[in-house]
Amino acid sequence: MNGLLKDYRKHKYLYFMILPVVLYYFIFHYVPMYGALIAFKDFRIAEGFLASPWVGFQHFISFFDSYYFWRLLKNTLILNLYMLVFSFPAPIIFALLINEIVGSRFKRVVQTVTYLPHFISLIVVCGMITQFLARDGIITDLLVWLGMERQVLLAHPQYFRAIYVISDIWQGVGWGSIIYLAAIMGINPELYEASRMDGANRWRQIFHITLPGITPIIVILFILKIGNMLDVGFEKIILLYNPNTYVTADVISTFVYRKGLQSFEFSYATAIGVFQAVINFILLIAANRFSKKISENSLW
Amino acid sequence: MSSTQPIRKSKGEHIFHGLNTLFMLVMIVVTLYPFIYVVFSSVSDSRLLLAQTGILLAPLGFTLDAYTMVFKNPNILSGYLNTLFIVGIGTILNLVMTSLGAYVLSRKGVVWTRHIMLWIIFTMFFSGGLIPMYLLVNNWLHLGNSLFALIVPGLISTWNLIILRTSFATIPESLIESARIDGAQDLTILMRVVIPLSLPVMAVMVLFYGVGHWNSWFGAMIYLRDRELFPLQLILREILIQNNTNYMAGNASTEDVEAVGESIKYATIMVATLPILFVYPFLQKYFVKGVMIGSIKE
Repeated sequence: MNGLLKDYRKHKYLYFMILPVVLYYFIFHYVPMYGALIAFKDFRIAEGFLASPWVGFQHFISFFDSYYFWRLLKNTLILNLYMLVFSFPAPIIFALLINEIVGSRFKRVVQTVTYLPHFISLIVVCGMITQFLARDGIITDLLVWLGMERQVLLAHPQYFRAIYVISDIWQGVGWGSIIYLAAIMGINPELYEASRMDGANRWRQIFHITLPGITPIIVILFILKIGNMLDVGFEKIILLYNPNTYVTADVISTFVYRKGLQSFEFSYATAIGVFQAVINFILLIAANRFSKKISENSLW
Repeated sequence: MSSTQPIRKSKGEHIFHGLNTLFMLVMIVVTLYPFIYVVFSSVSDSRLLLAQTGILLAPLGFTLDAYTMVFKNPNILSGYLNTLFIVGIGTILNLVMTSLGAYVLSRKGVVWTRHIMLWIIFTMFFSGGLIPMYLLVNNWLHLGNSLFALIVPGLISTWNLIILRTSFATIPESLIESARIDGAQDLTILMRVVIPLSLPVMAVMVLFYGVGHWNSWFGAMIYLRDRELFPLQLILREILIQNNTNYMAGNASTEDVEAVGESIKYATIMVATLPILFVYPFLQKYFVKGVMIGSIKE
């Protein structure tokens, strides 16, 4: 106790400086966590947080029993699976290919251009998607030229996932590759020298030096991705979906948004959010433990 | 001896490099063409544009009517001003809070910093969720329908805090100690020693936070009720996604409205994106730097 007091006296100013930061995290991160307890209450604004009656797991049960539960779970998981299969490896492959570009000037141009879409706002990107996929949009024109029947692709549920994932890759592949390029730059160049002397060509170097060299970062990002399996970037879905495409496009987080902020069923929506967060947390811990066991790479 | 000579490229490698270059060229076209198409469409004659199918290799005719119409729209102007306010004030507050946190958490030998750091990192993996946050901001703090509802809840991004802390931690302890011997307190040290030595990473922070504010819209959608407060992105959403261009075209005939509506949309995209497209080439290296610093620590 004496030590703590001494530490406090010595670093009084530091503790004073961090106070607003601690307050911020307390109010805007920890208070909402506590507020999530309304998932177990029948929260009404007029009665307030404390006076609203406890109802236990009632909201969770009615969510699990609802007609939408399986559809939401299925849509969320399928969309994330698509992302895992297509969006996740794309920047890795792209980084490997960028690394193979010979001219450093051309390399810089490629990087500058492909990082750009990351900074374009989601609204503008989705605006372009809507425009290009409209009945007379340019992508529709191209697809018609390739033999598709003229239609509005965003109005049909069977195309939603493809549109979502492809546009995600378009916007994120360049920016996503930076982290892998940084890891590639961190690989000891002597390894390449040595393998060249052993007669390895570029192709073998990619598979035996570069790829193993960036495996730790791949694993870490993969674990984080698994820990978000019940999350989808719902802002983009809200901008692109419509009641016609709910069958494939509606995911847990968009449902939470509609229930909570459009129908104002606060407790019910919060319960769904809590369910989502808990499953995510379990998946994260499981993925981390699994990875620790088989590859010695882990978050903690 | 001979093995130290650079080995000649095999035929396979030549083919690979050729294909790779081709692939990269395709990537450049696929990334840039949508923007070029938008530029062409925005200055095209809207009637010709409506009749045209397929790729545009040049504008169809040339007119700035759509831009005139966009700038005449009072919502776009007020949206711009609101966005500038959010970007300006928001980013300044972000920098103050993030550097305070990063400085203290980068100091060694302070008993509680490790605990505070873990306590903060925990929030990256667990959050109360959308609804409790909404109730907190809207009903308990009464920030609803105020631009501060878009600033205060996101005062610190934990990811940026980690980047800045990592960077502050590389500043030699001796510099800080000598300032202390000269009688400087921590706040002075932060402002006079640490921040001046970290200008590149501070630039990264300005850019990350600034672009974040410029592009954000969801908070505005759920917290703001008055149209006069809407930031640019929310106005864009009405025009681009919800297809609300009619009121912009005034009292032209329906056919004209539809025709002008097309190029108005493209002109709106340009007006909202030009600032970013304009600063991007100059700032790109800083962005990259930020991601790299972040990745070293993780």
